[in-house]
Amino acid sequence: MKTLLIKNAYVIDPIQKISGETMDIAVRDGKIVDDVKNPDQVIDATGMLTLPGGIDSHTHICGTKVNFGRYMSPEDMRAGRTSRKGDMHATSGYSVPTTYGNSYRYSRMGYTTLLEGAMAPMEARHTHEEFRYTPLQDCLANTLFDGNWFALEAIRDGDIKRLAGIIAWYLSAAKGFGVKLTNPGGTEAWGFGDDVTCINEPIPHFGITPRDIIVNMIEANEMLNLPHSVHLHCNNLGKPGNYMCTLDTYNAIPDLNDKRQSLYSTHVQFHSYGGSSWNDFCSKAEDIARSVNDKPQITIDTGQVMFGKTTTMTADGPMEFNLYRLYHNKWSNHDVELETGSGIIPVHYRKKNLVNAIMWSIGLELGLLVDSPWQCILATDNPNGAPFVKYPEVMALLMSKNYRDAEFETLHKSTGKRVILPSLDRELTWDEIVTMTRSAQARALGLIEYGKGHLSEGAEADIALYPINVDTTDPARDYERIINGFSTTEYTIKRGEVVCRNGTCTMESNHSTYWVNPHVPPAYDMGTDAAFIDGFNKYYSMRITNYPVGEEYIGRNVCMESEASL
Amino acid sequence: MQEIKDMVCPFCGCLCDDVTLEVENGKILSTDNCCTIGNAKFMGKNRLKNPIKKVDGAWVDITYDEAVNTAVDLLLDADRPLLYGWSGTHGEAQCVGIHMNEILGGVIDSTTSVCHGPSILAIQEVGHPGCTLGQVKNRADLIVYWGCNPIEAHPRHMSRYTTYADGYFLDNAFRNRKVIVVDVRETETAKVADEFIRIKQGGDYAVLSALRAIIRGKGDMIPETVAGVTKTQLMQVADMCKTCSFGALFFGVGLTMAKGKYKNVRNAIELVDELNRHTKFTLTPMRGHWNVYGANEVFSWMTGYPYAVDFCRGVAFYNPGETTAIDILARKECDACMIIGSDPAAHFPRQCVEHLRDTPVIVIDPFQSMTTSFADIQIPVAVTGIDAEGTAYRMDGIPIKVKKAIDSDYPSDTEILTRIYDRMLEVKGL
Repeated sequence: MKTLLIKNAYVIDPIQKISGETMDIAVRDGKIVDDVKNPDQVIDATGMLTLPGGIDSHTHICGTKVNFGRYMSPEDMRAGRTSRKGDMHATSGYSVPTTYGNSYRYSRMGYTTLLEGAMAPMEARHTHEEFRYTPLQDCLANTLFDGNWFALEAIRDGDIKRLAGIIAWYLSAAKGFGVKLTNPGGTEAWGFGDDVTCINEPIPHFGITPRDIIVNMIEANEMLNLPHSVHLHCNNLGKPGNYMCTLDTYNAIPDLNDKRQSLYSTHVQFHSYGGSSWNDFCSKAEDIARSVNDKPQITIDTGQVMFGKTTTMTADGPMEFNLYRLYHNKWSNHDVELETGSGIIPVHYRKKNLVNAIMWSIGLELGLLVDSPWQCILATDNPNGAPFVKYPEVMALLMSKNYRDAEFETLHKSTGKRVILPSLDRELTWDEIVTMTRSAQARALGLIEYGKGHLSEGAEADIALYPINVDTTDPARDYERIINGFSTTEYTIKRGEVVCRNGTCTMESNHSTYWVNPHVPPAYDMGTDAAFIDGFNKYYSMRITNYPVGEEYIGRNVCMESEASL
Repeated sequence: MQEIKDMVCPFCGCLCDDVTLEVENGKILSTDNCCTIGNAKFMGKNRLKNPIKKVDGAWVDITYDEAVNTAVDLLLDADRPLLYGWSGTHGEAQCVGIHMNEILGGVIDSTTSVCHGPSILAIQEVGHPGCTLGQVKNRADLIVYWGCNPIEAHPRHMSRYTTYADGYFLDNAFRNRKVIVVDVRETETAKVADEFIRIKQGGDYAVLSALRAIIRGKGDMIPETVAGVTKTQLMQVADMCKTCSFGALFFGVGLTMAKGKYKNVRNAIELVDELNRHTKFTLTPMRGHWNVYGANEVFSWMTGYPYAVDFCRGVAFYNPGETTAIDILARKECDACMIIGSDPAAHFPRQCVEHLRDTPVIVIDPFQSMTTSFADIQIPVAVTGIDAEGTAYRMDGIPIKVKKAIDSDYPSDTEILTRIYDRMLEVKGL
């Protein structure tokens, strides 16, 4: 029974509606408690901004395509190397660090929970193997269903309960967390080198549209009573004029859950483009933000782009091939049978490239134009928009117009004609930034009741103490202090133990994997459904008995059970 | 007698997972669904009974404790230890190997450097348009085998994943699929091909370039023959590639280790890249050892590099040609070597084997092999897939749990490596 007392902490905790109070936080056995007597450890947090541990609700850190990014990019590995020291293992990589690299660097920024954004269920075992070597964060994996044949067939047959049963089987077999759709229908079409343009175009061979997939998946997801909503990477990513597709998609989304959104729309910056070609490419962030402001059923993350080198990776295979034909550098593609696709290319976002400068502006515009920070999550779609180590800069940009203006001055000269960013005076408050980096994530992922994203009694003691004195720091002027302060915590505490101190990590952590296990009635249990099993064994290149990921692959196991309403 | 279904074969990169074993009294009696090579592995006999150590030129039985201590002494005493092999063991053991190598500051390398190392170099230059094997099975109407002979080296590849497999989008898969084989001799696989392209030894690069030129509409610049292949045949094959619905190119060490090496593979990738502007086309290396691809995966997430990783400067350093096992040995740098899950004496150049002979060598392997002959100690372990379990990655990157069929007293690779690693930490006071 280990106890810890953090004294004189300056706490912001939006879930508890605590907005900058100096208080003590007591921890016993990894949980926050009312009080501890004779604590084993005392931390004096005077002058430290103290927050619930950061949560990244959309990042690519573990699994087949992430690892392929490492495998194909020795140049990126060379760009960030450390040797084994103390409890820290060697690390490599800048935009696609090794698993220890990810874990240490997130930890020093105060992040304690990470959601891998896209896991093909057939390759889930790989993701879980890498989670094991991501020791300082709890991990969850969104599971891809965009081109799942059994799901597409159930949708075509109008059998939504069967669809729910299929989702339940795969999530539980893959030890996955949420339902991810990446370019729904497009990844299946890519199996023969095609794509779909937007939500109303029929998918070859299946006779349904992306709209059918999205709407039915949302309904099935809610029938299963899962913690998270459907998590959507819209069709048509990265193309000029795609904002119309994004708006059409948003208009189709029902509002089915009063505790959280019904749709998590990810990396929306990449879906907020106007124009008819790269020549008249422009921002449509205003239109997108207006739609989000009107629809409580939608939460977005921004997918901010930051300048510099990075690696793009997504299940959206056709999109990566299009991007490759613009960049002509190197291209990897990996389609996964009956399920989804994927692609990887390295990119370099440049300030003097007009398109890149507009992309950077759009991400910030979304952050400033969406009214509620609960509906607008800060993320770069790591590493697609930028490596996660850029988060502190994104926070500072959103908090300081001075900083934005100074940066804007350095961009391609025509940027101002294509975006409205310079006219936006809003500077996000401390509370708003805190919301956008942990509280909104906890709400969106349905993790509040699992003790994440807040410091209430009974919550997980995942706590980040930053060397930032809020009383004496004016973010609008002192943006360098914001960047430095959010880059390296004084203390990162994971389940009650200090796992990172001034940037130096210790391995004393007990990482958990959170996964869902929805219970469905026997009629919808695919594990005993003859048609499902026969189809599976006929078309997959793996036997169904060898497919499910066993619990031996899970570290500290947090199985989130739910009862389906079928 | 007990029948166990859906077992995974730990022989080649196909990782067939539909094998049936008949087991009685802790012994495998027979296999079903297995190819002859896999069958031989499951039925393997003559396992070493206990650790052995060479003393004055003769083998002496030792205990596992003694073996672990000797291994630790030999490795910690070295300036330039090499941890080699890894393709014949499971991923969990490979992870321990990486941690061990951090402590040792040594070089860790897998058999990749003598098989598909050049493929990885090419991929690092131009990428890899690939897919899983089921994607090929369900969609491909054109299969190309280049510099590989699956009928003999990956005997079930064609029946499980390509030519003879049923596919969702093909009414009659066997009739609707065309097979092209490219090789320097008429192999067994070439005999069943619809189109056999026989090229002169070392002519792969030229033939690939010719096909790329034709696909790009520059057929008029192609001479009448290219590396022994007629222009007529090249034009016909280019047309087959361009007009198929889904083409899948598989290639083996006949391409990677032929003259031109990684440039050949790069050219093949760029051909596939070009074809994707006309149709769907993918490329997959025919990986040999059952978990050689897993070694690349594990090394990548643990160190950042897929093979040939040198920790002598503390950070992971990668430079194939310098940090590959062959080169470390040829330069006579290595002064202690631990070999697990491979038999380098059977595959390495003579000069490297001679240096190994003169170097302290620890072998971790269930069976005697050619490498045993110059080992200082050999530690027998359980066989993954028979009496040990663990994770492996198929040639297309699919992770599969290799299960165990029987119990034995042998430690698994992970167990023995963990003992060595823990002892190493203890000796070093870490």
